[in-house]
Amino acid sequence: MIRKLAKSIREYKVPSIITLLLMVGEAGIECLIPFITANLINNISAGAPVSEIAKTGAMLVGMALVSLACGGTAGFTCAKASSGFAKNLRHDLFSAVQSFAFENIDKFSSSSLVTRLTTDVTNVQMSYMMLIRTAIRSPLMFTFSIIMAYRMGGALATTFVVVVPILIFGLLMVARNAMPAFRRVFKKYDRLNESIEENVMGIRVVKGFSREDFEKQKFDTAAEDICADFTKAERIVAFNMPLMQFCSYFNMAFVLLVGSMMAITSRGTTVNVGHISAMLTYGMQILMSLMMLSMIYVMLTMSLESMKRICEVLDQKPAIASPEDTGNKVQDGSIDFEGVNFSYARNKNNLVLKNINLHIDSGLTVGIIGGTGSSKSTLTQLIPRLYDANTGIVKVGGIDVKEYDIKTLRDAVSFVLQKNQLFSGTIKDNLRWGNENATDEQMVAACRMANADEFIRSFPDGYDTYIEQGGTNVSGGQRQRLCIARALLKNPKILILDDSTSAVDTRTDAGIRAELKKFIPETTKIIIAQRISSVMDADMIIVMDKGEISAVGTHSELLKTSDIYREVYEQQIHTGEDE
Amino acid sequence: MAMHTKNSPANMRPEGRKLNMKTLSRTVKMLFGFYPVLAPITCVCILFSAVASAIPGLFIQKVIEAIQKWQITGDWAAAKPEIVSKVLILISLYVLSIIAITIHTQLMAYMTQGFLMKMRCAMFGGMQKLPIRYFDTNKHGDIMSRYTNDIDTLRQLVSQSLPSLLQSASIALCVFSIMLYFSVWLTLVAVIGVMVISLVTKKVGGGSAKYFMRQQKAVGKTEAFIQEMMNGQKVVKVFCHEEKSTDEFEKINNQLYNDAYRAHAYANMLGPINMNIGNILYVCIAVVGGILVVTNAPNLSLSGMPIGVSIVIPFLNMVKQFTANINQATQQINSIVMGMAGAERIFELMDEQPEADSGYVTLVNCKIDKDGTITECEERTGQWAWRHPHSDGTLTYTLVQGDVRLTDVDFGYVPEKTVLHNVTVYAEPGQKVAFVGATGAGKTTITNLINRFYDIADGKIRYDGININKIKKSDLRRSLGIVLQDTNLFTGTVLENIRYGRLDATDEECVAAARLVGADDFILNLPEGYNTLLTSNGANLSQGQRQLIAIARAAVADPPVMIMDEATSSIDTRTEAVVQRGMDKLMEGRTVFVIAHRLSTVRNSDVIMVLEKGRIIERGNHEKLMSEKGTYYQLYTGAFELD
Repeated sequence: MIRKLAKSIREYKVPSIITLLLMVGEAGIECLIPFITANLINNISAGAPVSEIAKTGAMLVGMALVSLACGGTAGFTCAKASSGFAKNLRHDLFSAVQSFAFENIDKFSSSSLVTRLTTDVTNVQMSYMMLIRTAIRSPLMFTFSIIMAYRMGGALATTFVVVVPILIFGLLMVARNAMPAFRRVFKKYDRLNESIEENVMGIRVVKGFSREDFEKQKFDTAAEDICADFTKAERIVAFNMPLMQFCSYFNMAFVLLVGSMMAITSRGTTVNVGHISAMLTYGMQILMSLMMLSMIYVMLTMSLESMKRICEVLDQKPAIASPEDTGNKVQDGSIDFEGVNFSYARNKNNLVLKNINLHIDSGLTVGIIGGTGSSKSTLTQLIPRLYDANTGIVKVGGIDVKEYDIKTLRDAVSFVLQKNQLFSGTIKDNLRWGNENATDEQMVAACRMANADEFIRSFPDGYDTYIEQGGTNVSGGQRQRLCIARALLKNPKILILDDSTSAVDTRTDAGIRAELKKFIPETTKIIIAQRISSVMDADMIIVMDKGEISAVGTHSELLKTSDIYREVYEQQIHTGEDE
Repeated sequence: MAMHTKNSPANMRPEGRKLNMKTLSRTVKMLFGFYPVLAPITCVCILFSAVASAIPGLFIQKVIEAIQKWQITGDWAAAKPEIVSKVLILISLYVLSIIAITIHTQLMAYMTQGFLMKMRCAMFGGMQKLPIRYFDTNKHGDIMSRYTNDIDTLRQLVSQSLPSLLQSASIALCVFSIMLYFSVWLTLVAVIGVMVISLVTKKVGGGSAKYFMRQQKAVGKTEAFIQEMMNGQKVVKVFCHEEKSTDEFEKINNQLYNDAYRAHAYANMLGPINMNIGNILYVCIAVVGGILVVTNAPNLSLSGMPIGVSIVIPFLNMVKQFTANINQATQQINSIVMGMAGAERIFELMDEQPEADSGYVTLVNCKIDKDGTITECEERTGQWAWRHPHSDGTLTYTLVQGDVRLTDVDFGYVPEKTVLHNVTVYAEPGQKVAFVGATGAGKTTITNLINRFYDIADGKIRYDGININKIKKSDLRRSLGIVLQDTNLFTGTVLENIRYGRLDATDEECVAAARLVGADDFILNLPEGYNTLLTSNGANLSQGQRQLIAIARAAVADPPVMIMDEATSSIDTRTEAVVQRGMDKLMEGRTVFVIAHRLSTVRNSDVIMVLEKGRIIERGNHEKLMSEKGTYYQLYTGAFELD
């Protein structure tokens, strides 16, 4: 997993390595400083001449400057490396999602993808920054300090034999206990936030039923529950501080007591004041570096969850890949289904399309009707290869859809999704999704066909009207018509409208159909609808029932042959005519 | 550490990087308000441990002095009592300090989470009281980010920055006074050093704060873009727009990178720079001290001790401690600035004006005696009355019948733009009133006024003869069942979702309601029937199925008046035929307001109102409107256009 993520470092390997090297330099100097300082102190206590003191002092200043240069530069390179790594990770994730087929998209909720691209990447970024800054520095500092401490303090350094194991053990215990607690908390925390979102989205329901107090109670209980768990986790981590303090105090007391004894008995020969003060400094450094290591450990394990979630996306193999350039062009808008079976998530036991055989001539208007769950949408989604059939062949223009370059195929098959979306930007920006180079005239023509031109012109800014995220500033019916216009701009051989006019009033709906028939007669038009009026004038109507084609025919034929069709028709229309 | 948070677009931080002292003091006040005992104890413990970690310097100096004194003779036995006693005092100080640290870190862990929980609950509780207008005019992602990102910044602030600031500042202060105690001259040198440090901090820290703010903004932008693209991923695929959107993302991503690395670079550099200024300061003091010692310069100090090695050495340690703590404090600046930005946004939400409610007429269960007098009672009787106290102290009861009258109502979401003009609607008890018209004609707006999601600008709305402004909002809404086009279900079982309509409904009543509206069939086909867990707004159900549950939810509430806003729009017509029977049963004896696109749904209404641009242009029943051959006729026959 780590190797997989490391691939995203790419061009930021150089600053990463520079950071590591600079850190080695900084750590080395930082360990030397107390050593020289001890000399300085000994100079002072020995009453050395000022020139001697100044010389050592100058050396120290020089070292501090070098350390500053190292540390400062490392701060910069490390920021560059970690931010760059994060940038690449986001890029890789985003590209991965772009390569997803519908099947892959179905697996992840969009909000979970957003979290992966934002919070999770940030977590990894922070860990990486910490890692390159301290992963080499802390162990180095630790080793340097231990060596120096032994060289300077000799016997005094035995204090570390006691302190270091205690600290390591303590820190490990804390990390081990805190980790699972934190992980649990984060899961609950996610759920709490989801429930807030639910409340905000459904505030009309909450208020409509006067459930404010109920919601508040529900929330308070959940918040208290998290608080209890969180407190537990935080309290475990809070033991780090006293533990650390204990070790450093132990070290100080030991060095002072034993040190003074040794200094006095040896009359300052084996141990002197300078040694004692150096031991105090080194003691601090050793403990600090251990503390840092434990923090890295905690951070890394915490971001492990994030890494896993990121890898889940990166590991997804696109369910549908474009074949090697076949050079096939879509000749016409004819469609064939030959013995097609299909199920979502390749679950063979739950076929949603069963043995579909169908031929549609190019240029026909085809209506598809059927109850919820009859797989109307699924059937049409196989045409632009949004999903692949389990078995059987789907052909467009007489060629298997798998033989086309995906872009070629989808440019020829324009699909207006049921759950459609406009993007923030002007109306023109949105229309250009259909054809990047569309001229104003082409856009207007497409909008006329989709019965959108009129309302667009009624906006003060016309075609330059800014559409808010999710298209919230246009009505549902207007949104649908814009989506149709956008799809028309592709100039497709096949146009599929998946319940795309449900929010449009019946007259406009009929108007759109008339326009389509008039202006794009060559294009095969497939219309999925709830309203029978939307399909009854089609050249061919397909009645779907539970994943199977129940009947095919024209309106008048179906009225005679299909019970389902007749039932729907009577329910929607015929009763109206009685009065 | 960053938390796993939900998506939060439009996460805009206020511009500028000035520390808002008002917000800071309010945050601290709230913390102390929540924990009037524990918070001061924590402060005392922090102060105590700060002092306890500063004072040892004094004793170390004494020990070193003693070492030097006895080193000459090398007589450990003679030196032992003096040194051991000092070290013992030191150890007891250490023990006390550790106890204090343990207490304050534990308390801090406890208070931080408690504080956050209370903030969350206060925010959420406050939010429940806000008018619908707030939710309509604020982006949901933006509201959400107050609960996620902003609360997270507070966590950092309360658990780390504030205590660390207090601790560092008090240690620095203690050390400073001890330094003065030793030598004023040397302290002066230290002060100059600290001035340099603060200058650098201002410069570098300022740069970092600036870029952190920018980064925060770039994060908001990136999140918004990602969210939009992830939601529209299927559209991207259908239009083969993958490369395009990747390119666009790249631009935003680079912007974020540029701001992020600058922010972190500044922040990262601050540490080493200040540390090494500290180192240089250390050397300066050593040299100055050495010169003073060698030249036997006169000392100026609180202690009056002459300057000597025994002063310079501990003084040097103090300098280390002093600069380390100053550095520690400067490191908190970023998180305090961010925390304040977060706190500001949290307070903004908390300070929103709650929905005003001056209603005093309440909804009560009642019994009707044979002579027609109404008496209030506790238990559910299926009959409701308005309990209406009058200013003269008398109390009257009015039977809830569902008579709703709007007279000459004007309304606009913003005062400058009136969207409803002169709307007059009389709905008599048990009538079905339908609103028909193009999107944006004002159909939903009318229903928003009846349940007082919004208040009318002019005109009158009376409910059973009572001005609805006099009715307590919660009671008014309880008497109105609503089913909306956009169905919102809550995480929980199907049964729990139905029960949302009436919390004391029994399982049987919930099932009966589902059966009534024709939802029973599909619910029983779910993996665990009524106990199937719904998540993410019922993501595993179809839109139509969600609507059926929402209708059952309204049915179980059993209100005298119902509002159905496109309630069956996503139910396919075959299913609707089944549902229709249930719906008809549900509507029986109730006043119902119906909004529907499908004219077949509304044609059996008692009154149909045709709306256009906020005005009622036609009214009457189906037959009347058809015979008038007006807009309704055109709409209706539009559905029959066969070619």
